[in-house]
Amino acid sequence: MTLTTAPNGPGPKAPDLVKLLKAKTSEGAQEMLSRNEESVRELRFQAGGVLRLPEGVALDYSDVDYEAPDDETMILNLGPSHPSTHGVLRVMVEIRGEQVLRTKPVIGYLHTGMEKTGEELMYHQGATNVTRMDYLSPFFNELAYCLSVEKLLGTEVPERATWVRMLMCELNRIASHLLWLATNGADLGALNMLVYGWRERELVLSFFEKVTGLRMNHNYFRPGGVAADLPDGWRDDVAAICDVVLRRMDEYDDLLTGQPVLQNRMDGVGAIDAATAVSLGLSGPVLRSTGVAYDVRRDYPYLAYDQVDFDVIVGTGGDCWDRFAIRVNEIRESVRIVRQVARAMPKGDYRVQDKKVTPPPRNRIDESMEALIHHFKLFTEGFRVPPGDAYVPVESPRGELGCYIVSDGTSKPYRLHMRTPSFANLQGLAPMARGGFIPDVIACISSIDPVMGDVDR
Amino acid sequence: MGLEDLHHNFFTGVLEDVVKWARASSSWGANFGLACCAIEMMAAGAANYDLARFGMEVFRASPRQADLMIVAGRLSQKMAPVLRQVYDQMMEPKWVISMGVCASTGGMFNNYALVQGVDQVVPVDVYAPGCPPGPETLIHSILTLHEKIRSGEITRRRAETGAGAGIHLAQVSPRELATSRGR
Amino acid sequence: MSEGRDPKSPGADGGEARGEEARDGAGPETLHGWPVTELFGQRTVHTNAKGYLALMEALYRDGFEACMGVTGVDYLTHPGRDLPEGIEPERFEVVVELLSFSRHERLRVRCQVPADDPTLPSLFDLWPGSEAHERETFDMFGIRFSDHPDLTRILMPEDWEGHPLRKDYPVGHVPVQFKEVPE
Repeated sequence: MTLTTAPNGPGPKAPDLVKLLKAKTSEGAQEMLSRNEESVRELRFQAGGVLRLPEGVALDYSDVDYEAPDDETMILNLGPSHPSTHGVLRVMVEIRGEQVLRTKPVIGYLHTGMEKTGEELMYHQGATNVTRMDYLSPFFNELAYCLSVEKLLGTEVPERATWVRMLMCELNRIASHLLWLATNGADLGALNMLVYGWRERELVLSFFEKVTGLRMNHNYFRPGGVAADLPDGWRDDVAAICDVVLRRMDEYDDLLTGQPVLQNRMDGVGAIDAATAVSLGLSGPVLRSTGVAYDVRRDYPYLAYDQVDFDVIVGTGGDCWDRFAIRVNEIRESVRIVRQVARAMPKGDYRVQDKKVTPPPRNRIDESMEALIHHFKLFTEGFRVPPGDAYVPVESPRGELGCYIVSDGTSKPYRLHMRTPSFANLQGLAPMARGGFIPDVIACISSIDPVMGDVDR
Repeated sequence: MGLEDLHHNFFTGVLEDVVKWARASSSWGANFGLACCAIEMMAAGAANYDLARFGMEVFRASPRQADLMIVAGRLSQKMAPVLRQVYDQMMEPKWVISMGVCASTGGMFNNYALVQGVDQVVPVDVYAPGCPPGPETLIHSILTLHEKIRSGEITRRRAETGAGAGIHLAQVSPRELATSRGR
Repeated sequence: MSEGRDPKSPGADGGEARGEEARDGAGPETLHGWPVTELFGQRTVHTNAKGYLALMEALYRDGFEACMGVTGVDYLTHPGRDLPEGIEPERFEVVVELLSFSRHERLRVRCQVPADDPTLPSLFDLWPGSEAHERETFDMFGIRFSDHPDLTRILMPEDWEGHPLRKDYPVGHVPVQFKEVPE
């Protein structure tokens, strides 16, 4: 069986492909090392003891048990290819018997170099790149990116565009949480949920296809507004989606929430306290499950979230059950927001009418020379953004998603960095999994809801 | 009671045809969803598009129990040895569908981090384009593969090169499906 | 803070009380002695590698409970950026995003890191959540964080050479027919 390398070589400094394929799949120092090889502080981090206590309070290390001899514990490798449907996440756990002591996620198996690619693409092409990071909620990536670019540009987005963006984002939140319900059920063993969860998601996705042309990875939000207006009859579609989703959520309550087996699998599992969550930089449902009521839509409002009425769902115990309940109720809150948006949708432009930023409509290109020139300039050179840096956070279904753009005045971003929620939330796995069993590790991963495209970019 | 009286309760055939029919009708997929295409692959397996009618509702986590590996998503440099290991652990006959443009050619990410096409790592039988390909395109690629298995064209790797069949497909959209059936 | 600098240069506490911002008449705004700029409602405090840890400790005591992200920027091809007086531009910058729940405030910290000695103290003891972010910054830029518990690569394979997000690291295009590879 012959293996070929890419023509002209795979690129400078890339390892030889044949050697790469014959290499073992171990990542050396990135993996969990045995106790006598790890530093004490890293041991503590992997064992979940991250809280920084003020001086004078002695930390009780007795339950962390650093002196356990090696032959009582075993390091087990889960992944990167494994049945849990959360993508290519590799988790190394140290277990004594069935009980988990230390956890270390090893990531990078989906690293796509999107931040480097983002520096090569112009600003209006950037949304195609960032939308593929968190592929379950692509609109949020596009939204964070567009809000940052618009902040640097200083443009005022028209009201209708803002409300259309809100509508699509909340529908996307519904679709993402429904998918989470499905995969969470599958991870916990409720395989029928894996099949059911896609029913309503298909409704939402066919609405997206009607509006944006694609089911996923839409490239619909552009700097200055959205790419196209909502089609006729969208109100009926949205009303139908809302009704069906609410009705089916009651069915899922019967199927899942009321089941003692599922409750035992999730209640008390993976508990984390608020101080640990805050010090780890967690956000989203994971942070809210511990009692910290931080929702970017409420605390640092963007788009028109200060004009709609919704509740921020907060838990108390910080365990998997709270995160499950938060997401289930967030679906209902999102339906509420969608209904308000559909009622209040203003008329107007769907994209800012600044000729330097928005390309002209296609039919005008035949009529007007100026339109042709603008079109040409925008799609070959792109629009220039004044120098500066901007970071705008949004509340994605996973937590705080923010886009940090550094602009040097040209038509391509100088630096594009996405602060992704799943990357930070995965650090919460170690405190959650400690003391539980291996299936609880899967339940904890599932309740964090990591999307590996978000983690690795 | 002789064989003459049982003629409508069984059929006779060439053993090879029966084996090919069985292989095509119950090829189980190996779980190799990497990125966005994995979501569309799961959507294809779910209620609306339902791969179970093609015998493929089961995605086995263990490559020993799988025949068909659908590489769904972008393959990074770090993941390439893992892909090769999982492929090597599958038992013959095995087939590979490269789902999506990232798996087929590296897609829109022509950079240091991605392997530009999984055919640099494993031999591919069907390439399904799209970003991500909708469930219809995936089902089209699976059915194409099933046709070839059924007819026996790609049961074995090509002996000299060990390469896969390398069938390139066009993306299928629902509108196309509707018009092609004259609706 | 015994650097022996005169009170007018950044980093000296001068006469300002801890945790208070100073706005001296026509002069710029400072926070713990470091200049603060504001762009479109976002506040950024600029510092350099020597004063970094002290500033971060002061901000932690001020009530910034969460560190939302640590990232780097390589200013190799854009040296002429706008910086407040007293801050010397260096090749690298480390950008830290801080969040305070109690004060309902966000703050960005930009620290200049020289190219010949790209080292900064780690924020792990203040905010353990910076562990993964600092590893990523090390992986992508080569900026070392002293006192970090586990400074290894996180996104690239273990034996990768080079730091991909540096400006002198090429994108790694594979030449594609009919598409010019930009240099």
